[in-house]
This record gives sequence, C-alpha cells and structure tokens, in this order.
Amino acid sequence: MFHIFKKAAQTRLVTIGYPHAPAVISENYRGAPHFEFSGWRDARPAAEACPTGAITVEATGSRRKVTIDYGLCIYCGQCAEADLSGSVRMTLDFELAARKRGDLIVIAEYALEPDGSQGELAVLRTGTLEGGDALEPLARRLQNRIHDVLGRSLAIREVDAGSCNGCEIEIVALNNPVYDLERLGIHLVASPRHADMLLVTGPVTRNMEIALLKTYRATPEPKMVVAVGACGISGGMFGRNYATVGGVNAVIPVDVFIPGCPPRPHALLHGILLALGRMEQRSLVG
Amino acid sequence: MPSRSDVAFEGWRQANDGEVHAQVALADVRSMVLRLIENGCRLASVFAEDRTNAGSGFLVYYVFEHPRDHRFLLVHTSIPASRPEFPSVAAAIPAVNWQEREIQDWFGLVAEGHPNPRRVALHDNWPEIHPLRKDFPIDTVLPPFEGEQHVYRPTLGEGVFQIPVGPVHAGIIEPGHFNFAVAGEPIIYLQLRMFYTHKGIEKRFEQMPIDRAVYLAECISGDSSFSHGTVFCQAIERAAEVEIPVRAKRMRTILLELERLYNHVGDIGAIVNDVGFSVGNAHASRLREFILSVNEELCGSRLLRGVVCPGGLRRDWEPKQVARCGEALLRFRSEFADLMQIVDSSDSTRDRLEHTGVLHPDKARDLGIVGVAGRASGANRDVRRDHPYAAYDEIAFEVPVYQEGDVFTRMRVRVDEIWQALAIIEAILARLTPGSCRVAVPPLQPDRAALGAVEGWRGEILHWIRTGPQGRIERCKIKDPSLNNWPALVEAVQGNIVPDFPVINKSFNLSYSGTDR
Repeated sequence: MFHIFKKAAQTRLVTIGYPHAPAVISENYRGAPHFEFSGWRDARPAAEACPTGAITVEATGSRRKVTIDYGLCIYCGQCAEADLSGSVRMTLDFELAARKRGDLIVIAEYALEPDGSQGELAVLRTGTLEGGDALEPLARRLQNRIHDVLGRSLAIREVDAGSCNGCEIEIVALNNPVYDLERLGIHLVASPRHADMLLVTGPVTRNMEIALLKTYRATPEPKMVVAVGACGISGGMFGRNYATVGGVNAVIPVDVFIPGCPPRPHALLHGILLALGRMEQRSLVG
Repeated sequence: MPSRSDVAFEGWRQANDGEVHAQVALADVRSMVLRLIENGCRLASVFAEDRTNAGSGFLVYYVFEHPRDHRFLLVHTSIPASRPEFPSVAAAIPAVNWQEREIQDWFGLVAEGHPNPRRVALHDNWPEIHPLRKDFPIDTVLPPFEGEQHVYRPTLGEGVFQIPVGPVHAGIIEPGHFNFAVAGEPIIYLQLRMFYTHKGIEKRFEQMPIDRAVYLAECISGDSSFSHGTVFCQAIERAAEVEIPVRAKRMRTILLELERLYNHVGDIGAIVNDVGFSVGNAHASRLREFILSVNEELCGSRLLRGVVCPGGLRRDWEPKQVARCGEALLRFRSEFADLMQIVDSSDSTRDRLEHTGVLHPDKARDLGIVGVAGRASGANRDVRRDHPYAAYDEIAFEVPVYQEGDVFTRMRVRVDEIWQALAIIEAILARLTPGSCRVAVPPLQPDRAALGAVEGWRGEILHWIRTGPQGRIERCKIKDPSLNNWPALVEAVQGNIVPDFPVINKSFNLSYSGTDR
C-alpha cells in the first residue's frame, strides 16, 4: 500500500488538457496531408503513390479532375514523398472528423496543358458528393434535441466490426489516465442496451454485418453512430470485397466519421464531441 | 551468442540463406512429414497455393524448423486439379488442425483423413466458394448468408449449461464467439468460433504492387503492425536477394522491441485489472501511452506504421530523435520497476493469477504453441535467437522459459521480456552508427518465392510470398502466432471458473484479426 501512495504522489496529474487546451503532440507526428491546390502542376505522382486510392485523377476532355478523399487516407505520407513540387505536405492536423461523408472529399478541377501538366485551377469543391447534408431540417432539429439530451453525459458501446485492432488500441487508450474520457462525462459501457452511441470500427466484414445490425437495433433511441478510421468510413486498405461490405454506413446510418488509420485518441475525442455538438462550445469553455 | 549449427538439413537443396527446399510425391507426403517430426523437426505451417494457371495444379507447402538449424525447411507437393485432395496429418500433429481446414475452405482441397473436417475459416452459412482459387474474383458479391448455422457440440449432463458469448463482447476487444459448457461455476468445455473478422487479406494481397502491399501487411493485426510489415519486407528482400544496410537492421530491431514493450506493459496492466487491481492498470496503461509517444517521436505513428519498406526504412532518424528515445527509455526503466514493485506487493493479485488457466507443457508441445504462451509452458523457442534477423545476431539476450504455464507465468515471461527488450534497445542504440537506412530493391522477376520470419511480441510470425508479373504479389500466406495459440485457450480454461475467463484470455491476448485475416 505504501508503494501505491508513494507512486501516486510522485506521478501527480498526467491527464491532458485537450479538448479545452490545444493538443500537445510530437512535431514528428504524421497527420493529414495538406494540398496546395492552386499552382499544383501535376497530381499524378501523388495519386499513383497513394496505397488506398484516396487521391484519384480523372481526365475529362480538356480538364483534369483531382479527387482527395480523406475518408480513405491512412496518413502514410507517400503522396508528399512522391510529389516533388512541394504542393503536398504532411501536417499535424488530426481534427478531421465530419458529420457528412461528403465533407471528407475535396475535388479540384484544372485546365489540362498539352504536356499533361495541370494549368489553372478551375473549380475547388468540398462536401458536395454523396447527397450533401444527409439530414433533413426536421432530422437536424431532432439531432439538436439529441444533443440536449445526451450532450452532458454519454454512454458509448464500442463495436469492432472487423477492424485490424489498431482502432481498438486507441479507443482503449481513451480510458487511460492520460486521456481519461470519463472526465468529460463519457463512459464506455458493456452493453448496447446501456448505450447512447455506437463507436464502430472496421470495414464491416460479412460475418459481422448481422451482429452490427442487431447491436444497432438493441441500442435505445435516441442514438448516434460514429464510424471510426479509414476502414469504418470506406473499407480502408481492405476496401469492399467478398468478405467485407466496405464501411459502416453500408449497414447502419452514421452521424459522424472520424478519419485516421487509426485516429489518434485526440481525434477520437474530437469526433465524439463533434457528434454531441460539444466541439462548438469548446471556445467558450477553454 | 550461440547460433544453430546448421547441420540438421545437411544434404538438402539450399534455396537461399534461410531456406532449404524439397519436393515430395503426393503419395509420400504423410510418411515424410511424420519422419521429419520423429527426427525432431517442428511443423511450423502448412499452406497451399493455386498454380493451375501455370499448369501445375495446386501446391501444398509444409514449413519445418529444427533446433539445430537456423534455416527453414520447405517441403512441397503437387496436387492435380482433377483430384483436389491432400493427405491430412492433423491426427498425428494437432498443431495443424486449423491450418489444414483453412486450405480445405479456401482452396477446396479435401484434407483426406482429417479427424474434424468441418469448416473453420468460412462460416457454415457461407455458400460453397473457395476464395483463394485464382478463378474466384475478389470483388464477388455474395448473396445474404442463408445456409445452415454452425452447430455446436452438445455438452450433456445433469446441471450442465451452455453459455454463449459474443461476437460483440462487453469489453473493448475483437469479435469472436465463445460457447462455454459449465457445471456450476467451473468450465468443462469451451468451443471457439473465430473468423468473424475475416476480410479477405490474403486474397487482397494478390495482384497488389509490392510497395502498396506493405501497408496491407501493417493492417493484418494493428498491435503487430511493425512486425507484420517487417516480416513481409524480409520475405521480399530474400526473394530479391537484397541485404539491407546495417543501420536499417538496427533501427528495425529497436522498433520491433518498442512494439514488444508497449504491448507487454499494456498486457500486464490488463491482466492485473481483470483480477480487480486497477491501480496497477492505471500505471501500466500510462506507461504504454508513454511508449506509444516514443513510437510517434521516432516514426510519426503511434503504431509504428508507414516506416518499414523493402530495403530498409523509409525515414531515417535525426540524432536528437535517437537521444530523446534513449532518455525516454531510461525513464521507462525506472517507472517500470516502480510498477512491478506495486504489482508484486499485492498478494491477493498474485493469489488470483497463480494456478489459474494452466496450460501443461505436454499440451503446449502437442498443439504447437508459440511465443509468450509457449515459453510460459516449456516451449524454448524464439525466432530472434533461432532464425536471427535484423540485428539480433549482434547482441546477446536471454529467452525466458518456464514450465508452470499459468496466467502468472505468462505475465512473468512478459516482465522478463520487457527487461530484455530494454537491454536490447540500449545495446543497439549504442551501436547505432550513421549510415544509410535504405537500399534500393531491384524490380522483382515473376515467380520468386521466399519466407520471412519474425518473433512478434506475441510469437512467431511467418509470411511466405510468391511474386507475379509486373512486380506484383501472386500469393502471400500469413501465419500469425494467434492461429497457433487459440487451441491453447481451450485447454487452459478447463476446470477454471467462468469469472476467471477474461483474465485467462487476456494472458494469451491473441489477435482475432491476425487469425481471421
């Protein structure tokens, strides 16, 4: 017992300030890539290097369409390495979670030069794919109501629908003394019956499809679903194949998408609080 | 350190520096395999390959190792497509029970004489498909599964109950189904059902360019990202006959040991937590977080992803990164000593862990249990020592082996290995001389095959690859240690009470994703 108290006194407080204070992370962290769209001469090397197809180029007549899907990105840094022009660089950004799948997709269209390079940036769009805002005004009002009900205290049931267990490592970390999820009134619970939110990982394997659906149905209303990681959003490295359905929203409706491979604990916190509508309040609290 | 004398496979055809090859006629497979076992070999893996497009039917490979040889022996046999059957050796070598049934499910090759030929890798309700056959397109959309559900064996007797658990569990763990038969509190029989996370990884490897495939290898089991990435790259390097620079070998060694550190310390916390000692877990999970931040400092990724590549490592370290790593590990050393002082001071914790979940050494040997669980039950095996790779041949280290086989011993192996890992990293850091950390790997010709082996933190990881046209992967066989070790859990829980199942399961801490692929 003496050792326990002695160690506690020596250790002191280790819990981070995030989300109320800025995240303190290593300058070597590889977060999301940033693209300097204007003046980007050639997106092809980056697209070719991308292991998940998060960057695609498409020729349409005299134009080139470049699509960046952060929902597929695994933050590997291959694009920044392959693009010698300096238009792509890796950043420390991790707050990428979005309410709409389309918000994770950026489209840039360029005039195509005769030598195959990109000329002037003609169009730059984001959040326009896949139907825009998934929520009708009524549903949006309902969601605000859910925020009021669940916002201050939330019970989360985690469902591994076929992940590689990388996301689980980071979700488990949320409960350690450093991230201490419970200080925000958020608890990871043992049953969907006790849960307000499902935190779902994995490309959703065919073998977990029914289990995920049953877990969703067992969760009482009002409820929210958060899809975690590149796999949960889009199938990630595994994509869609004979054994996977390729993303959580192919099976159940998703409220928030958290990119990353896996998303670091800060990013998970950000996504969960975004789902609760609590990220907006951060500046007031902080 | 003493290395193996390389005499066991004398006279066989040496294929490369780490492999000896032999071909055997289908009719002689069983007798040859059994003879090798009698002569002290261990059958590490059995797997198949569809070569019908090359006109060679199917090939089945048997991977052996011997305590007196650092090389692996690969014996293969050819099976005509017209008669898709191969002789099962599972009755004599229970260790390959699941691996043979996998071949049956994925290739449609019948394991003739298998004592339990039911499906394992494809669930019973799946249609009759064989996804690793070359004529099966990966993007086939299967209809909703309406076939028969798996029938668990009935366990009968007065007062015997069956408790079904999973695939969605109460804790944050991966999905699998456990069917316990209990008489009162003690478990009398456990049936496992895995492969809920089967995501077609081996099929996905096929036709993938090698550079891209490294990222897939890192996603086989997230907690072993670097080990799986490294073993894949080793196989590629061996196929390309490329020697990586000394600095790359040493950097890989450091990262492999960091992966061991964060998993082992996390497991120690989880084990004591499962018997109610949450203070221990609070410190252990803090230390795990500490190592994850060291990982990030060195690699930009907490799980050590995106750094290993064929030919070495993609990014070198600045001197200041190396210095910070050294300082961090000194701090970890003293913090870990404090943690173990706290854990050791709790007699009630020790009382719950000792004699719980015993895996007898005889059972461990028969089932071919590897890694931490094997070494806690008398299996004196460690790929780092037995088949040296990276920089493990440069330094001396000890391999802890115990006979007790209970939860406490599996934790003790982890504690010993943490001290060893710290010593290994410190020794390698001291030798980390400047130089290149990457060498170019020339484009690979088609039809080059090689095996890679790494002692992941959990145990022996094997990847066997064959290259196809245009520098792509034709076949990648993945053997995670979890695949060997699940049957050990079934043995270890017998006679224990249901409330002890979580701590027994945690003491093995097997990867569902690595098993299911």
